Order: sequence, then structure tokens, then C-alpha cells
Amino acid sequence: MKHFLTLTRMRIRLTLRNKMFLFFSVIMPFGFFFLYAGIIAKGDPRIVRFLLGPVIAMAVMGSFWGLSASLVTFREQGILRRFHVSPVTAADMLASSIVANYVLTIPTVVSELLLARFIFHVRDFGNLLSFAILVTIGVISFASMGLVVASVTNTMQETQVLNQLIWLPLIFLSGATIPLSSLPKVAQNFGIFLPATYLVWGLQASIFSSLAIWKLWIEVSALLAWAILTFFVASQLFRWEPESKIPRNAKLWAAATALPFLFLGVWEHSSGSLLMDARAAYRSIENSDRPERPSETEKIYRATPKSTRPAEPPSAPNDSPN
Amino acid sequence: MAEPVIQVENLVKRYADVEAVRGVSFHVEEGEVFGLLGPNGAGKTTTVEILEGLRTLDSGKVSVCGLDPQRDSNALKNEIGAALQSTSLPDKLKTFEALQLFAGFYSRRRDPEELLKRFGLEEKRHTFYSKLSGGQKQRLALAMALVNNPRVLFFDEPTAGLDPQVRREIYDIIDELRREKKTIVMTTHYIEEAERLCDRVAIVDHGKVIALGTPRELKARSGDKTRIEVRLAKPESEGDLIQLDGVTDCRSLNGTYVLHCQRPPQAIVSLVKHLETRGNELVGLEIATPSLEDVFIELTGRRLRD
Repeated sequence: MKHFLTLTRMRIRLTLRNKMFLFFSVIMPFGFFFLYAGIIAKGDPRIVRFLLGPVIAMAVMGSFWGLSASLVTFREQGILRRFHVSPVTAADMLASSIVANYVLTIPTVVSELLLARFIFHVRDFGNLLSFAILVTIGVISFASMGLVVASVTNTMQETQVLNQLIWLPLIFLSGATIPLSSLPKVAQNFGIFLPATYLVWGLQASIFSSLAIWKLWIEVSALLAWAILTFFVASQLFRWEPESKIPRNAKLWAAATALPFLFLGVWEHSSGSLLMDARAAYRSIENSDRPERPSETEKIYRATPKSTRPAEPPSAPNDSPN
Repeated sequence: MAEPVIQVENLVKRYADVEAVRGVSFHVEEGEVFGLLGPNGAGKTTTVEILEGLRTLDSGKVSVCGLDPQRDSNALKNEIGAALQSTSLPDKLKTFEALQLFAGFYSRRRDPEELLKRFGLEEKRHTFYSKLSGGQKQRLALAMALVNNPRVLFFDEPTAGLDPQVRREIYDIIDELRREKKTIVMTTHYIEEAERLCDRVAIVDHGKVIALGTPRELKARSGDKTRIEVRLAKPESEGDLIQLDGVTDCRSLNGTYVLHCQRPPQAIVSLVKHLETRGNELVGLEIATPSLEDVFIELTGRRLRD
């Protein structure tokens, strides 16, 4: 426990000295924040509140980049070996990565809430307890995924390629950039198998729909099960030595981490409740009884003749006419 | 004398299809500096890393401080200190932070401040690891090995890749530790390092210990003979040279003839005379006092650093 804390402090310190961290944890999240809140939502507090879910989900998910990269660098350069001759254990190493990452993600998330409050006048952040729990489980699970990535790749190059392959579907098919309900059916069917989808939805439901944590038990327990599974797999596949081989069954182990969301996706596919809820939430920002000025989105949506309206409500961020 | 701190019996380690260590045995007593001397790839590092608990062994018996490095690896890591080969620290970690960080992992520890002073790193205390010179990095590695005031120290190639002046600095540090009666196991492929620093040396080649003893004992084994290395304009037969007055042995190594002789002056005179009668010429000559290199050449027919 003591080693774990010592290591965590060092990881935080080193990360703060890393320029890559500045990009992934400061520039990128705040870039997204202002893009969404300022340009897409045009500063409308209700829409900003609606979009806070995806924006914060990005900050939470982004954690896996830096983590996999730093662990692979540590192994490649023989830094892990040095720790291996000291009493530090693999669990110390992995847990400190995740906790350091958590500590470093919180300021970003809190600043985004504060900016939403003071620049964009969002007054109500829904259920902050549900929100906090989801952020916590989200960081732990996505960070653990980063650790799995680090253990199934050998070089920094391989790690970055794999990160890209994971990152793109995570942000484009999960509702983090384009609302799920406005994606083509095929993409939706794929999206419901992604952990990111449930994180985005959970965060949105807690902030925008003020859902209490027990109403989000499906999202929370799936993410939690995933976090435990990925951490377990990461600790099984952990390698100290640069030249030690990836165990033959490693890919199988890594693939096994998809199980919780495979089950959830199958269930979701048959019940369709998540998509229904997402649509309902979306509709609620459309049809709300705001007094004077309807949002741009709403105006256009309402101006569209019923017959030509798409089956799903048009989406706010990327492809919609706002 | 008490039980040896380190005992190694018939140690074997295989990597895929290569046998890196093929039945190595030795023991190290408390307070001695023990050297594993041999060319690169001889199995020194593998042996040491098994003792440190970093690698598993395939067969044989190993005990360090009465502990089994595999079974009791956690307990062992508190007792040992190591400066590894091919290791590094995070680029953005500062010298003092590194010492402090590692000191934090042990309950028995030395003052990082004192180590910083002793290893001459005071001025570099706030310097990032990536900005240290090779010698400074190595001094930091040695200081870090001492951070838990360990019972046994492992130095794997402590001077590899350093220039001669820095190497001498490292020698002084190890000498000082030796005077303090620290138990040290070190590997090296530098003859002079083994001779100068080690109380006992095991010469290792192709995964086997081919000779073991104090440097003096080992040199005595090759008969305390002076070695004359000559290069000739035309080849000569070894058989002819061995007949010369004062020469006891002759081998040719890559075009150089190595003559072992008990009385060097006579040997040189008779060599020159012999070459004159054959119309041959002496192109180069070097006289070396007996060293572990001779032992190595004698046992393997190769030079240590070929």
C-alpha cells in the first residue's frame, strides 16, 4: 500500500512534466468543450447541459492514451526492470497508473463543469452523485483498457496504432461526437456493443435527465464488471522485461474483456431500451417548453414538414442543421 | 566461517533453443567482492538476474541470503541492491527524486541526502535523468543500489560503455565499498576490472565456469609467465618458436604469436636470432605481465574481447 502511494505520487509528478499529457488532458478536452458548448450549442445553456455528457465522456475516455504509452515506454526503456528489483509489485505498478490518472482527470472534469456554469450559465447539473460515480468507474475502466493495450503491444508504434484503432470507433460510434440516434442503423447496432456508448449515455442521463444511480444500474454494473475484468487481464498480462514475449493466449485474454459489453449489447439489441431512452432525452431538448426563443435546432426541426422528417430526430452536433 | 551469502549449484537456464547457462556453480562469502568475468553472451547477466529474482531458472539450486530468489522474491528484494544492465529511469525524474522514490520502497533505508553527497551528485540533485552524463547515470545507479543498505550488491557490467576516466571513478567507488566489507557480486568483461576489484573471480565462457579463484591463484595457474606478443613479416611454425631458449609455450592468435616465457630477455634474444637465420623480420612486439587474459586464452584459445 505504501509503495503504491509512493509510486502514484511519482506518476502524477512525471505526467505533469510530460508535454503529451498537456495535449491529451488539457488542450484536447477543452478544445472539445468549447467546440460543443460554444459552436454546436451556440451557448444555449440547455443544449450545453445536454452536450456535457459526451464532452466529459471524452475527457474520461482519453485517459487510456497516455497510460498505455507511458507503460510501454517504461517497459521498452528498461525502467520497469529497475522497479522489478525493488519490492514494488505488478499490482502496485498498475494500480498507481490508474489512480494517478484518476487524480489528473478530475481537475479537467471539474473545470469543464465550472466553465459550463460560469461561462455558459448552466445552472442545474442533474444528479451529481450519479455523475461522480460514472466518472470514477469510467476513468478506472478506460485506464485499465490502456493497460491491456500496453501488455498486448511490444513497441510504442504498435501501441499508437492500436490506440487509434480503438479510439476512432469509441468516439464516433458511441454518441460522443454524433448522437447515437442519428447514426445509421448499422452503426447503431455496432455502437451498442461499445463500453463508450454506455458511459456517454450514463453521463448524459445523470447530468441532463438527473437520473439517480440505481436507475443507471445497467450502465454502472456493466462498466464496473468491465473495469474489474480489464484490470484483472492487465495484471495477468503484465510484463516487466522488454524482451519477454507476449503470452500466446494474450490476445484471447484481451478479447475476453469485450464480454460484458457483448452480453449487454445483445440484450440491448433485443430490448432497445437504451436507444429509446436516448431518443427520449434528445426529444426533450427539442420539445421543451422554453418560453421565448426556440433553439436553432428546434426551429429547423419544427419547420420540417412531418412527412419528410427523418424517422429519428435530427441530431445536434455534427450533421444537423443548427 | 558462516554460511555463504550466495550459493549456486548446477544452475541451468535455457532461452527457447539456446542454453545460456549450462551448470554454473559457485558460492560467495559475506564481505567479499566476487566477479564473473567473461565475454559478452557468456551467461553472466542471466546468472546474476536469476540471483536477483528477475528470471526463473530451469534447473539447479540457488540461494541468496538464505532465500530462494523465486519463492521468496519479495523478502529477497529487501535484502539486495542492484545496478542492472540495460536499464533506465524516467527522463523527467530528477536525481534526488529518484533516490527518494526508491528509498520509499524500503523500511530499512539510507539517507538519500548522504548518498547524493557520497556519489558526488549534489550539484545534479535537480537535474532530469535524461540530462545526466553516462558517468553520472551510472553513479546514480550505484547510489540507488545502496538505498536500502542491502546485504548483497549486484553490479552488472558497472563500467560498460564508460570512458576510461569515468571508469576509474567507478572503480574508486567499488573499492570503497569493498573496504566497508560489502558483499558484492559483479560481472565484467574487462580483465583489469576483475583483477583490480575482485577478491575472487569466476571465469565464465559459454554458460560454464571454466576457472575460479583469487586473481593471484588464477594467474599462478598459468605459471606466472610473462607473455610476449610478436607480429612477424612472414609466418613461422609454432613448433619452431616453442623450441626457442626461454620460451615455454606458443600460440598463434589472428596473426600474432603469443609466447609464454619464464625469462623474457633470453627469449627475445633467441627469437631475434632465430628470425635472422630464417630471413624473417619482427614487425611488432609487446610484453605483458601475467594477467587473467592469459588464463582465458589458455583455457579457451580465444581472447576475451574478440
